[in-house]
Amino acid sequence: MTGNAPILELDRLGKVFSADGHSVAALDDVSLAFTRGECHAIVGESGSGKTTLANLVLGLIGATSGEIRFDGATLGRSRTREQKRAIQLVQQNPLSALNPRRSVGASIRLPLDVHDLGRRSERDARVASLLQEVGLEPEHARRSPRGLSGGQRQRIAIARALACEPELLVLDEPTSALDVLVQARVLQLLQRLRQERGLTYLFITHDLAVVRAIADRVSVFQKGRLVETGPVETLFSDPKSAYTRELIGAIPVVTEAEAALRAAIRAGAPVPAGAE
Amino acid sequence: MSEPGSPVLASRTRSKAWTAYSADPLSVIGLVIVVAIVGLAIFAPFVTPYPDHVGPTGDFAAMNAAPSADFWFGTDVIGRDLFTRIIYGYRLSLIMAIVVLAIATPIGVIVGLVAGYKGGWTDYILMRITDVFLAVPPLVLAMAIMGFLEPTLLNGMLAITAMWWPWYARLIYNVTRAEAQEGYVLAAETVGASTAHILFREILPNCWPSILTKMTLDIGFVILMASSLSFLGLGVQPPTPDLGSMVADGAKYMPDAWWLTVFPAIAILLVVLGFNLVGDGLREAFEAES
Amino acid sequence: MASNTLQKPVLAIRGLRLAFGDRRHPTPVLHGISMHIRPGEKVALVGESGSGKSVTARLAMGLLQDQKRVHVSGSIFFDGIDAAKGGPEIARRRGNRVAMIFQDPTSALNPTFKIRGQFRDVLRSGDRSISNDEADLRAEAALAEVSIPDPKRALDSYAFQLSGGMNQRVMIAMALANRPQLLIADEPGTALDVTVQAQTLNLMHELTEKTGTSVLLISHNLGVVREFADRVYVIYRGRIVEHGTTAQLFNDPRHPYTRALLAAIPKISGGGLPDLPERSPEFESPLIVHEGCGEPTEAFA
Repeated sequence: MTGNAPILELDRLGKVFSADGHSVAALDDVSLAFTRGECHAIVGESGSGKTTLANLVLGLIGATSGEIRFDGATLGRSRTREQKRAIQLVQQNPLSALNPRRSVGASIRLPLDVHDLGRRSERDARVASLLQEVGLEPEHARRSPRGLSGGQRQRIAIARALACEPELLVLDEPTSALDVLVQARVLQLLQRLRQERGLTYLFITHDLAVVRAIADRVSVFQKGRLVETGPVETLFSDPKSAYTRELIGAIPVVTEAEAALRAAIRAGAPVPAGAE
Repeated sequence: MSEPGSPVLASRTRSKAWTAYSADPLSVIGLVIVVAIVGLAIFAPFVTPYPDHVGPTGDFAAMNAAPSADFWFGTDVIGRDLFTRIIYGYRLSLIMAIVVLAIATPIGVIVGLVAGYKGGWTDYILMRITDVFLAVPPLVLAMAIMGFLEPTLLNGMLAITAMWWPWYARLIYNVTRAEAQEGYVLAAETVGASTAHILFREILPNCWPSILTKMTLDIGFVILMASSLSFLGLGVQPPTPDLGSMVADGAKYMPDAWWLTVFPAIAILLVVLGFNLVGDGLREAFEAES
Repeated sequence: MASNTLQKPVLAIRGLRLAFGDRRHPTPVLHGISMHIRPGEKVALVGESGSGKSVTARLAMGLLQDQKRVHVSGSIFFDGIDAAKGGPEIARRRGNRVAMIFQDPTSALNPTFKIRGQFRDVLRSGDRSISNDEADLRAEAALAEVSIPDPKRALDSYAFQLSGGMNQRVMIAMALANRPQLLIADEPGTALDVTVQAQTLNLMHELTEKTGTSVLLISHNLGVVREFADRVYVIYRGRIVEHGTTAQLFNDPRHPYTRALLAAIPKISGGGLPDLPERSPEFESPLIVHEGCGEPTEAFA
């Protein structure tokens, strides 16, 4: 779409887990490119390899084969401080992602101290402005995460990731533990932050409706293999693989328009672009 | 967006813990016992009737006196006031327990944190060493150490410390293994925090409830252990007042001078019981808090 | 499916209130909710986390009443008794007159016993004199009904040896084995993949149609509710806010809360995300009941 060089490239990436003589290919020969500034969704069910992919990109595990390139440079398991800073994570479960015995402010300030960002005396002010950026109050810095709602905690986790001044955010099911109304607000926040900060998102989810709402591109994984990749509109108007059709066909929907789209996809007919 | 709520949330959870603690009458009784004993021990020179009876000389006019208005718990064979010596015995026992735990706890906690978080070979080696210590019955280990060393107060504490830290290593190892699975540890890792930060600033604060509870319970047990050693003649030497030696010495004069054994024994029982009740109460209070 | 409004409800909840905590400072959870389910009907109770939907299910099963610091008033008429009081009357009916399916099937099954033994216990709670052989035959038939390929092998397995989807099928087979009047399904399949969840719902639909079992579906997922239920109650912070048939509710949502929920769900047909508050005083406006969906007025018990 944009002529930009990709920010993140996966080149024939593979990961094999072995235990007790058995080995399982969690990720099998995957090549993908992530364009700077886009929201690229990774979709799949359990065992699809989407979590393995995220862990490889974050450097939490090492690849068995293939290569990860970030900004043109090869990324291995051991990374420079700078490389760590550039790729950040927002986890699925906001209840466990914040230390219950540290204040919200301490959690957000940690990356500033680790990476020595800004002057020491200005860091508390930076924490306050990050809190405001994610729609919270500066006063939240003094509070304990206990007693905050799931949505508030997820906003704090986002603020902590932003404190690193990252280029790529790995969003691992960031809204699937949230209620519908809270999810909508958090998705909007993520949308806004991406535009304002020019962030690139690697958005892991099982929810294709969320993909439709927020992603530019989508890659569908099944059992460690990439089965389909392309712009979001194409995936929903003319899914190429039978597995993608099965996934869309299984989504519980709430409107007649969605039901009609789903019926068409189940039947295998291409849906005219822009059909609502 | 923001929910109505107290800005000082920390104090709210603290008061929740206190509410849970004070709801249990046994915990409150334990606290009263502990506060009374610690208070008496700290202010021993002012609250005891015969502070000079701590040394080797007593009141020869009142040897082996039964409990009376002058000597509440009676006197020993050289006329020293038993009440005074028990309070000073408490003083020594508490100091010993605090010193032992102040050394054993950090060693055990660091071993547990590192083994639990690092895993792999580090975990294997550290925990096997811990298991070796745990496999030997505590009193036997302490007696073996004391067999090599001279029976002094310092060596006694050393022996008890050597057998105490593995319990903390085991406890904190298990807590760390569980905490390491929490998202906040992963978050600290992805943010790029150092291992030292993750161990001491992220995981350790979540170990405090377990550590404090165990330390409170252990004060009683360390006192019991120290008393056992000195009962066997392997600990503190006369004339220093020590609860264990008092029971041992008094046993020779049973049943005629029963007070010589019974009061120090009750004193040991009371302090162990008090710290145990407080420890149990703390455990429940911390559970209520989270 | 339009239900027969002349038939007496299987389950009728009247003015149900629930509070937790000590008597001086109780925290109210349910503020007097009323709902009913007629024979063969599938009724959904839909709401967000903390709305009180799951405690309602637990009260109907009599699972909460005996606990400390739980205060219940109102009534739950089921099978000739008032289940709101809890106690042995409702306990006796669990597993045979009323059955439950949980969110995570693998943890709902006992990991230390084979499926066979657990299935025998279930069947025995419906028919005490049943022999082991007879129970096994019925269990095999029930597992075959939920399309488990090798029922004999499944019976000799432990729950952790089967996949989440298989365990869900076992749960459904067990729940329906005694032909209960009422099945309570609390977020069925939420812990499973979408494709497996869809199969689970289809299976539940087919089997309950066949046995004529009424279903109370507890869910936060409006999509699942639309696919499955005949009638829907929307619950918000311990109060029912809207009640109608599935068609009425989804085609013509009237309560501000229901409208917000429907608008906030991302759609596969596209469209942006609406700008909605997470909370609003409007969401607490009074109950809206759609035409023909009033609560029955007759007396029960």
